[in-house]
Amino acid sequence: MIYLSLFWEFLKIGLFAVGGGMATLPFLRELSVRTGWFSQDLITDMIAISESTPGPIGINMATYVGCNIAGLFGGFIATMGELLPSLIIVIIISKSLERFRNAKVVGDAFYGLRPAVTGLIAAAGISVAQVAMLQLELYKETNLLLNLVDWKKLLLFIVMFIGIRKLKWHPVVYIAIAAVVGLIFAF
Amino acid sequence: MFKDILEIFWKFFKMGAVTFGGGYAMLPILRREIIEKSGWMQEEEILDYYALSQGLPGIIAINVSTFIGYHHMKTPGAITAALGVVSPSIIIITAIAMFLSGFKDNVYVQHALAGISVCVIALILDAVIGMWKKGVKDVWGYIIFAVALLVSMFTRLSPVLLVIGAAIAGIIIRSVKRASETGKGAEKK
Repeated sequence: MIYLSLFWEFLKIGLFAVGGGMATLPFLRELSVRTGWFSQDLITDMIAISESTPGPIGINMATYVGCNIAGLFGGFIATMGELLPSLIIVIIISKSLERFRNAKVVGDAFYGLRPAVTGLIAAAGISVAQVAMLQLELYKETNLLLNLVDWKKLLLFIVMFIGIRKLKWHPVVYIAIAAVVGLIFAF
Repeated sequence: MFKDILEIFWKFFKMGAVTFGGGYAMLPILRREIIEKSGWMQEEEILDYYALSQGLPGIIAINVSTFIGYHHMKTPGAITAALGVVSPSIIIITAIAMFLSGFKDNVYVQHALAGISVCVIALILDAVIGMWKKGVKDVWGYIIFAVALLVSMFTRLSPVLLVIGAAIAGIIIRSVKRASETGKGAEKK
C-alpha cells in the first residue's frame, strides 16, 4: 500500500528534520536513494518550484514529492504525514511551555544539532551539484579534465551566488533569471 | 465555536497563500493579521514561538502557526491553524506537479529547468552559510559539521541516526564542559 508507506516516510521526516524547510532536504535525498520512488533530478525542480510558489518551503517540497510518487492524493498524504509530528509536539509543549523553554538539556541538544544539520544540508547540496553541474559521462568518454565541469553552468552559478549574497532579492527572482538564461543559452 | 474555527482556518489559509518562503518570511503578515487586526497576542509572544519553533522538529511556519492556534483556542485551534496554513500549498503545488509532468519532455522546459537547477545549488549554499553563521561556533561545531557532512556523503547511514547522535553529542559535550568548569571553580576556593 503506497499511501501507507508514503505517510510513514514523511512522518519520519516531520519528526527528525529539525531546523525548518531546508532541513528536510537531506531526508528527501535519502528517500530518493533508498526507495527509488523518484529520481534525484526531481529534487532540483522540487526546490525551484517550492521557492517560487506561496507557502512554507518544507510543505511545498513534501506536496511536490508526494504528488510525483503517488499522484493527486499522494501530495496530500505526504504533507499530512510531515505535519502530524509538529502538531503533536507543539500541542504537548504548549501545555508546559515555561518548563520546556528553560530546560538546559534542550539547549545542549541544539548545541550538537545545529552543526550536524548544517553538514547534512551541505552534503545534500553537493549531491545536487554533482547531478546538475558535472558531466561525468562526457569526462569518462573523452578523459579530458576540462570536460568534467559544465563551464556555462559554473559561470551562471558564480553569478547567481554573488547576486544572492549581495542583493538579497527574493529567491523567485533568481530562479526566473536562471530559467531565462537556461532557455537562451540552451543548457 | 464553529464560527471561530472557521475564522482561524481562513486567517491561516490567507497567510499560507501570500507567504513566499516560509519561516521568518511569514512574520510581517503574522504581525498584521494576528497582532494588529485581531489582537490575539503580543509581538513578544510570537517571537518566542519563533525561537521555540526553530528548536523543534518540523517546518518552522507550521510550528509557529500551531502555537498561535493553541494559544487562541487550545487543541482544536492548533489543528485548524496547521491545516489552514498548509492548504494553499497543497492546492497550488498539486496543480503545478500535474501540469509540469505533462511538459517534462519539452526541450524548452528542459533548458529552463537546467538553468534553474544551477540557481538552486546557489540557494542551498546560501542557506548553508546562513546556518553555519548561526549554529557553528567552536571547534566541536566544526567536528560535528565535518562528521555529518562526510558520513552523509560517503555512507548510506540514515540522517535520522545522525540527528539523534548529534543531539546526544551536544548534551554530553556541554555537560562535560559544565562539570569541568565547576570543578575548576571548586579548586580555586
